[in-house]
Amino acid sequence: MDLTAIEIIATLAKALVVFTAGMMCTPVLVYAERRLCGFMQDRLGPNRVGPKGLLQPIADAVKSFFKEDLLPANVDRFLWIVAPAIGIAVPILCLAVIPFGASVPLTESYTLIFQVADPDVGVLYVLGVVSLGIFCTTMGGWASNSKFPLLGSLRASAQMVSYEIAMALAVISVVMSTGSLKLSAIVAHQNTDWLGVVPEWHCFTQPLAFLIFFVAAVAENNRIPFDLPECEQELVSGYHTEYSGMRFAMFMMGEYTAIGFMSALIVTMFLGGWSLPWIQLAPASGPSWIGGLVSILVFLVKWALVAFTYIWLRWTLPRFRYDQLMGLGWKALVPLGLANIAVTAFLGVVL
Amino acid sequence: MGVKKTKGPKRSAWTEVYLPEIFRGMWNTLRHIFFVKPFTVQYPEEKLKVPGFEASPPGYHGEHRLLLDEEGRPKCVACFMCQTVCPPQCIEIEAMEVDWPDRDKAPKSFKIDMLRCIYCGLCEEACPKDAIELTNQYFTISRTREDKIYDLERLTHNAPDALSYNRPEGLKPEKP
Repeated sequence: MDLTAIEIIATLAKALVVFTAGMMCTPVLVYAERRLCGFMQDRLGPNRVGPKGLLQPIADAVKSFFKEDLLPANVDRFLWIVAPAIGIAVPILCLAVIPFGASVPLTESYTLIFQVADPDVGVLYVLGVVSLGIFCTTMGGWASNSKFPLLGSLRASAQMVSYEIAMALAVISVVMSTGSLKLSAIVAHQNTDWLGVVPEWHCFTQPLAFLIFFVAAVAENNRIPFDLPECEQELVSGYHTEYSGMRFAMFMMGEYTAIGFMSALIVTMFLGGWSLPWIQLAPASGPSWIGGLVSILVFLVKWALVAFTYIWLRWTLPRFRYDQLMGLGWKALVPLGLANIAVTAFLGVVL
Repeated sequence: MGVKKTKGPKRSAWTEVYLPEIFRGMWNTLRHIFFVKPFTVQYPEEKLKVPGFEASPPGYHGEHRLLLDEEGRPKCVACFMCQTVCPPQCIEIEAMEVDWPDRDKAPKSFKIDMLRCIYCGLCEEACPKDAIELTNQYFTISRTREDKIYDLERLTHNAPDALSYNRPEGLKPEKP
């Protein structure tokens, strides 16, 4: 494989930008969540630190940074220290394969794609790395050597494993209809309009898979309504009870970055990625600068809408009980996912 | 015997699918974001308005104020009634003899430690001359403890805009 210099530089630059964007997810989403939940509860969120409270995440970061970093005596030291690191590394790793926009012609010979890496097995890579996220909660709870974190992490692991199956089944139908595991091919498949009116996004052609995937993604992220592992009323703080200061902040960052990544994945696989409904941003004549930059904007708007829906759901719904949660995962979503695959296969052959 | 059987909320195929009810709930939350005005009162830029009064309801036990008579002298005759009745003993008075037609004594110094004060209003009730009253002003800050020991000068000029509710003259601000 020949790597020209410009490819190497471009990939490194893209990796840096994506890494920064992944770390920036947390302040943006934390601020959005606190303001939006305030508005939903007929009050204002934080609005004192900086104009409209925009510097609130910085204040939170400063607070976390200066808190005392406790190392409890009876913890399993290595696992306890590594758990938050995995928590934050996994979502950023996954962000590497998301296509953020259409290509732009950087030079005459090199087209810049807005994707750090585009493996032929993109979807498989994503599903695999997301499974690594389970290690974070499991290790955090086990290493803490204490009852509440252990219970929290047990429940969290079981929940995440079962909803991963539902996620994979939903993704399989999308892959079947696309015919490829490459994420850029999935977006390109959604880039057309049906009868010139309705964009062929997978949320329209595979609505059940969209629903299953969205529910499974919310459960995978341990967000309300599925946040039994980390809720305050049930288990003191679940698997991050024994953490403080910057380590706790890293768990939070990992969670919010995972939300950002899942939103990006949902946008890519179901909402058409960077494509606009009636305007062709990646014309057959070749990549263009305008198309590329507008497509990044489109992606960001769609991402923001999905992240808003995450926050919206969180402050609307009560929490599932654990047996209801597992029942939903195994008894409802998995059969529905299998049925969806069967129907997709059938219609794929018939139509 | 004392058990009443209830039916619980109505459950049908519509509600058991969860989704329509979830969407109804989400519409309600969305409505609250855009169409319902927040209740927050941004203190200290805004304060709660009670109709007709500056900041707090009438009869509110706020900070003290010494009232003046027509000639601009404090009405207080240093009888020590308020100092005696004060539960946390936060009033300190020093009396002096004066040679005025209507009274023999006047306060030489009159100190109230606002941090010890429990704002009970007993001094106001005990005063035979209606010279001290609790106004409805509550918002004062200071940087040191000594700043909150109000002396005669401060107490006379305290809360110039506060309305006087317990006086027989009615609701008029008495400007010293």
